[in-house]
Amino acid sequence: MSVKATVISEIRRITEGDNKSLPPLTDDLVLLDSGLDSLGIAILVARLEDTLGFDPFTETDDTAYPVTLGDFIRFYERAAESRGVDSRSAG
Amino acid sequence: MNAPPNPGASIRDRLGSSPGGPERLLRGATASVHLGHRLDGTGLGGRVSELARRSVLIATRDQFAAALALVELDGIARRLIICTPDLPSEHLPAVVAKGGVDAIVTDHDRGDDALDVPLRVLCNGTVVPAEETPVTCCRTEWVLLTSGTTGAPKMLVHSLASLTAPIGSALGQRADVVWGTFYDIRRYGGLQIFLRAVLGPGSLVLSGAGEPVGDYLVRLGAHGATHVSGTPSHWRRALMSPDARAIAPRYIRLSGEIADQGILNALQSFYPQASVGHAFASTEAGVGFEVNDGLEGFPASMVGAPGDVQIEVVEGSLRIRSARNAVRYLGEDDSTLADEEGFVDTGDMVERRGERYYFLGRRSGLINVGGLKVYPEEVEAAINRHPAVRMSMVRSRRSPITGSLVAADIVLKGEPDSSGTGGEVVDFKREILQICHARLAPHKIPATIRFVPALEIAAAGKLARHA
Repeated sequence: MSVKATVISEIRRITEGDNKSLPPLTDDLVLLDSGLDSLGIAILVARLEDTLGFDPFTETDDTAYPVTLGDFIRFYERAAESRGVDSRSAG
Repeated sequence: MNAPPNPGASIRDRLGSSPGGPERLLRGATASVHLGHRLDGTGLGGRVSELARRSVLIATRDQFAAALALVELDGIARRLIICTPDLPSEHLPAVVAKGGVDAIVTDHDRGDDALDVPLRVLCNGTVVPAEETPVTCCRTEWVLLTSGTTGAPKMLVHSLASLTAPIGSALGQRADVVWGTFYDIRRYGGLQIFLRAVLGPGSLVLSGAGEPVGDYLVRLGAHGATHVSGTPSHWRRALMSPDARAIAPRYIRLSGEIADQGILNALQSFYPQASVGHAFASTEAGVGFEVNDGLEGFPASMVGAPGDVQIEVVEGSLRIRSARNAVRYLGEDDSTLADEEGFVDTGDMVERRGERYYFLGRRSGLINVGGLKVYPEEVEAAINRHPAVRMSMVRSRRSPITGSLVAADIVLKGEPDSSGTGGEVVDFKREILQICHARLAPHKIPATIRFVPALEIAAAGKLARHA
């Protein structure tokens, strides 16, 4: 599964218990509007670390926090590439 | 600088004697009140005198209503017990009994009818002109709630003097200070900001109940917030908002969780004009110290140094003695706050590396999720209700978003079905999470679950928890 598909499937798994309808998960969607609050984003980052084997927040010196879903996915794709993992098939 | 205020003076007295200056406002999401020479309105519908000398539970949904009640009732009520916004209603009867509560100030009509309290006063954030000027009649006890091992809150008694001891020097601030706080004012860290704003020369902008972070950022920006405070988790969330640019604070303060170098760097880089500082504080110990050099941890020279606050490290645990410490626990016979020498053991473990101490976590295994405490035992008790669970251990897992998360290691009874696809284990995981959802607040539900063959048991027969 690609990094992007892994991120999206984890978001769906975390929000499936809520009875809220999810907005379309497009690249320009603001992460905090995706149905995840900051606890949800924290859970997402932890589960992605377990699935993908890395956590770019603690591994990079990048001090900018991702705002949109697209930012978030690119943040993970860059980290995957720098680890030599093909981001289209990581995980 | 003004003369130091009379230690017996109430908030209202101190507002009355504060120098004139620019218009000062306490703003909520939908209403505001002037804080100038005297309060120009009341949020308690003119019923302040009925609350004189009572033990008053402040149980409002909106913190603006709580703020009005605190300003108006300090020096009037015998005791003010401040409910945290997420206090489960099942704990209210114990709080009422332990606190000797004989009046409730609330902003909603229903929900606490079953409580045996003779007087209810509505304070819903509506401000009407004040017709009476109440006279200070008590030195009010301030009681803050903090979660305990079983989930029932511990009640800590402070005085206005202990709460304001850390902010004496801060009151000489410039008059154009506008405070904002992501941290709810009904918790110690937020209450510090409330008192700095109300007793200092500035204004305060409060977030509304359930107000989205982006909306609050926009309001802070519109009101020209200069000093903004929150936990590291609040700040990470703010930086993930498209409205983070709405504010341009001069001072950024972090407290309530370990501030790591990542969030300090991110804030300094995003708000280059701001001075970024972090404070160590707890409800029990009060504000221990503030660190303003832009680095995580704190200088080793603070330990053992003379001064208003004495800090020592014993067996790796940070201990603090000062006039800022809480006075005592309410209604607990068996737990003492300070040792014979007056030191409060914070239970926060630190390690010295070179000329600096760094925070490691909590001795008790207590987990701090975005500034909210989680006792592992409480989560383990929920997990262990599942019939297939033999034992479980809940531990802290580091998170770059909320500081820590709850992680669970679970030992199942017997071997799970290993013949097929692991479907049984997936079912167990789902069922365990369902039990947790039904019994625990969201931040206490395990973020990740691992099934393990065994757990380490220490010599005393207890689970081996590591800080």
